[in-house]
Amino acid sequence: MHPAPSVIIFSSLSGAGFGLLFFLGFGFPTVTGWVAFVFYLIAYALAVGGLMSALFHLGNKKNAVKSYSQWRTSWLSREAWCAVAALLVMGLHAALQVFFGTTVAPLGWIGAILSLATVFTTSMIYAQLKTIPRWNQPATPAFFLAASLAGGALLSGNVDAALILMVVLGAITAWHWIKGDRRFAEAGSTIETATRLQGRVSLWEKPHTGENYLTHEMVYQIGRKHAAKLRVIALALMVVIPVAVLLIFGPHHMPAIVAVLSHLAGVLVQRWLFFAEAEHVVGLYYGAHGAKRAG
Amino acid sequence: MTALPSHTDKKLGLVIDLDTCVGCHACVTACKGWNTQNYGAPLSDQDPYGKPSGTFLNRIHSFQSQPETGLARTTHFPKSCLHCDDAPCVTVCPTGASYKRVEDGIVLVNEDACMGCGLCAWACPYGAREMDQAAGVMKKCTLCVDRIYNENLPEEDREPACVRTCPAGARHFGDLGDPTSAVSLLVADRGGVDLMPEQGTRPVNQYLPPRPRDTIADVMTGDEDILAPFLAPVAEDPKGFLGWLDRALEKL
Ligand code: SF4
Ligand code: SF4
Ligand code: SF4
Repeated sequence: MHPAPSVIIFSSLSGAGFGLLFFLGFGFPTVTGWVAFVFYLIAYALAVGGLMSALFHLGNKKNAVKSYSQWRTSWLSREAWCAVAALLVMGLHAALQVFFGTTVAPLGWIGAILSLATVFTTSMIYAQLKTIPRWNQPATPAFFLAASLAGGALLSGNVDAALILMVVLGAITAWHWIKGDRRFAEAGSTIETATRLQGRVSLWEKPHTGENYLTHEMVYQIGRKHAAKLRVIALALMVVIPVAVLLIFGPHHMPAIVAVLSHLAGVLVQRWLFFAEAEHVVGLYYGAHGAKRAG
Repeated sequence: MTALPSHTDKKLGLVIDLDTCVGCHACVTACKGWNTQNYGAPLSDQDPYGKPSGTFLNRIHSFQSQPETGLARTTHFPKSCLHCDDAPCVTVCPTGASYKRVEDGIVLVNEDACMGCGLCAWACPYGAREMDQAAGVMKKCTLCVDRIYNENLPEEDREPACVRTCPAGARHFGDLGDPTSAVSLLVADRGGVDLMPEQGTRPVNQYLPPRPRDTIADVMTGDEDILAPFLAPVAEDPKGFLGWLDRALEKL
């Protein structure tokens, strides 16, 4: 899949933002006044900034409001609902904490759960797609949730939780890659099932000499060697470096900032790979994924 | 509503004969011609005199298939929306723009509601949906819904533009939900198949596989091979100047 920067930035940043809201909602830490203001500013900048960048991805923005109508069937519509509900509930919770110094705990809990639900609905937009076997696996929601919680724990200064969550995130990400490399063959779509022709089938001529929306959007291919290197970089930035920094230097300001930046950079690389490595079955009609046939 | 209907009264669709398609792309042109000037946003082209690309609702791929023994063969392979019974493109749509009609099973996009998110194109296994780059809305085969019921057209034109134009008669249109219709009989007779059945989309459109070919002798066998001795390579291992040139080029 084409790794569109707007979508990658959206899912990484808003994930971390909603993760931070999750911890703030449950009162880890319980903040009021100016401290609360700064925390919520960061959380909303990440979450809302991410959502805005997703809006830029739309071809016809004026109809975006209609995306609230199909929550019964569409995960994208459910995401829109959850995001607005989470931001409104947490907004109220935040206003009470910032301006009145009062914490209404149950309100925070509801907001926290809605924040995590938003991340889950985002992940299901990808995980539901049978056409992209690499995404169509339980590890997809697992890693979106783990990334959001790890980022949230880091940003909210819950160092112990952050250490554990980052290690969990590393493990889930590795599993997503290992399983993901097998998913295309498991799903069983080949150029033979795509064409139902007899014998060994290969593309002889494309429909057009040039590119089209489909090849641009869905037949993006990345070299294996390239991918392997980026996987190492992603894991190092997202897990190894922040964990090492926090363990060695302890939870002080400078190391914490290094850890957060490194972690977020790692999540961006991981999200880039999530898209760039994803093989859409339509590629079979364009001569792609030949090496992915079932054993 | 993007919930799929539990039942459609008819299953209108196409039957595509891979045996007779000659790969002329006439249906591609006819489809683009009709649909660019009728329902919805026109089908735009980008950079037509540079690196051209554009929106099409129907495209012809060509495949080579190599059987266990004998010669490889080419098959021209027209592909447009298959109007699936279990259309994943419909249920993912957040705006309600994508829907499947109860009366005839046609899958359509209401462009006035589409926000151009592209998720439906991701959900379609067949590459049957393309986002128009100028209009920013999703385009797909309408089964020429503005022709097949159009009383302003002469009777013989009330079928999809691609079917009407195909010079080889490789595209057939009808109700695949009615087992006695001409298209259903054709599918039964020729062993029509679903594309990518493992995706679980239950396509309405059916593909008729190419018939077995007559036996044609492989070239360069038997008595025909009178020229073979003259075509044997002269110098297997070049020596002298040619040998030096060969080695020098090899090193580059
Ligand atoms: S072919 Fe693709 S666009 Fe058409 S109904 Fe099936 S899934 Fe939807
Ligand atoms: S591109 Fe349009 S029709 Fe397709 S899913 Fe998005 S809103 Fe629905
Ligand atoms: S039925 Fe109409 S819209 Fe569909 S491929 Fe044929 S000409 Fe194009």
